[in-house]
Amino acid sequence: MAKSIPAVSLPGSGRLLDGTRGLLAIVLLAVFLYAVIPLVFSGRAYWFNVMTNAALLSFASLGVWITFAIGRVNIGQGAFALLGGYTSAILSTTYGLSFWLCLPISALAAGLAGFLIGWPLLRLRGIYFAMVTLSLTEAVRLLFLNTLGASGGGILNIPRPAGLSTPLAFYLFAATLLLAGYLAVWRLANSRIGWVFRSMRENEELTMSIGIDIARYRVLAFVLCSAMGGVAGACFAALQQNIYPATYTVSDSINFMLYCFLGGLDYALGPIVGAFGLIMAFELLRSIQEYQALLYGVLMIVVMLFLPNGLLSIGALLRRGAR
Amino acid sequence: MSFLAIENLTKRFGGLTAVNDISFSVSQGEILSVIGPNGAGKSTLFKLIGSFLKPSSGRVLLDGAVVSGRQPHQVAQAGIVRTFQETTVFKEMTALQNVVVSHQLGLKATPFGAYFSTATARADARAAAESAAEILDYLGLGHVKGELARNLPHGHLRALGIAIALAAKPRVLLLDEPFAGMNPEETDRAVEMVEGIRKRGITVLLVEHDMRAVMRISDRIVVVSFGSKIAEGLPAEIRANPAVIEAYLGQDDETIGSY
Repeated sequence: MAKSIPAVSLPGSGRLLDGTRGLLAIVLLAVFLYAVIPLVFSGRAYWFNVMTNAALLSFASLGVWITFAIGRVNIGQGAFALLGGYTSAILSTTYGLSFWLCLPISALAAGLAGFLIGWPLLRLRGIYFAMVTLSLTEAVRLLFLNTLGASGGGILNIPRPAGLSTPLAFYLFAATLLLAGYLAVWRLANSRIGWVFRSMRENEELTMSIGIDIARYRVLAFVLCSAMGGVAGACFAALQQNIYPATYTVSDSINFMLYCFLGGLDYALGPIVGAFGLIMAFELLRSIQEYQALLYGVLMIVVMLFLPNGLLSIGALLRRGAR
Repeated sequence: MSFLAIENLTKRFGGLTAVNDISFSVSQGEILSVIGPNGAGKSTLFKLIGSFLKPSSGRVLLDGAVVSGRQPHQVAQAGIVRTFQETTVFKEMTALQNVVVSHQLGLKATPFGAYFSTATARADARAAAESAAEILDYLGLGHVKGELARNLPHGHLRALGIAIALAAKPRVLLLDEPFAGMNPEETDRAVEMVEGIRKRGITVLLVEHDMRAVMRISDRIVVVSFGSKIAEGLPAEIRANPAVIEAYLGQDDETIGSY
């Protein structure tokens, strides 16, 4: 009897925060972000920067997870991170706008771009959509490389956001952003909208046939994804205090997608687990320099081979084993 | 004015005319079947009525309003809902979830309201859950509602496909070969099911191969062959129609049979 479906997941059944398991994930994530990381890395600025970066990459990846939810493989998140990053960088350096104003504007700009690009592109499915989004990252990189000319497209000396002068402060801001993003996406996935997304992922024609305007829902998913990419890009530019066309490349776009896979596509927590897992593994493997990439690759293959549904599926596997 | 009118519907694919100038009308509460040999254009006609294809010419009207050429979801909103052949359901959801998630029309809360789980949205969800349970019981799926759809046997999947369509509260239900691949007992049950759907006040238009079931269930029958309508009438008239017998020549006599 429906072993893999938890009883709470009746479409749009309950209250705002239904399901003990969902609540548990939120509490665990909060403890990890606010207690475990600050305690473990206390006083180590380098690691705080790594963790801030991990939180921001998780946030962008969480957006990609939304497009996975409608059944599209999106390898274009780097493009929107770049867009958001440049929007914020230009507004804060040229026009002297506060970061706290630049941030929502970046989200809007990236979301708008997502709307304009997504409306026609989302008709494509499968490998075609994936390929087009992949080229999008490269196209946006070239756009900034060529239009911003002389300086090689880079923008330097982006001011630090007011109030975030220490690595710890910036980290706590990124952690809060991530937690809020997770809450929002988790709620989305469990609301009626999330169930429509799920139906679309399973069968778009059947979903149309019951009266759903799938084009609208597709664009909604893509706009949310793009806006989250824009926010992550703006924060990263502020963290690094600079941005270049190569700040987000095709390989970053691929990574955003990989984090989702690695953590598990069935869980909104998946991209976060995937991103933190991979980034920490990468950092820890730094000590063995020349073998870093090799071991990293082997690690990926092993996980994909034995946990094809992602790291988080280990819980479901254990539960099934115990039965 | 007829309830559902198909007027001079034509669909060309390149040089091939799959549906050629077909007209007929369906009254409210009727069960009308479209039959024809393989490749006669039944499926194309079906997709045209459900607006999954756009006609080359001609139109479809429901209650006097043109529905052809619109998007499939708009046609569903207007009250024409189709089923799919075989096992088109949401396989990774339970039977109950399949039907609950298909209750997307006539909701009171906006998607925004649903996101924040307002009182209206919770009322919607309760109503959908109740209605879904009722539909599943009605179609004899009550005992498997917690089962994942991909684990359900064939016959149940067909019924689940119909349950999904019923969740969209159709005025006209288009059934695509509801009896295909069924043994006589299964067909009997499916025939009862279709009768039951009519009792719920839903007009049924079905496209079918199985003459036996069609003769039993239909109020009227439309016969198509090579894209054109060759006959229309009561089952008894169709059985005696020379053009129909002609079209089915080469098939087993038994397919037409003496029902």
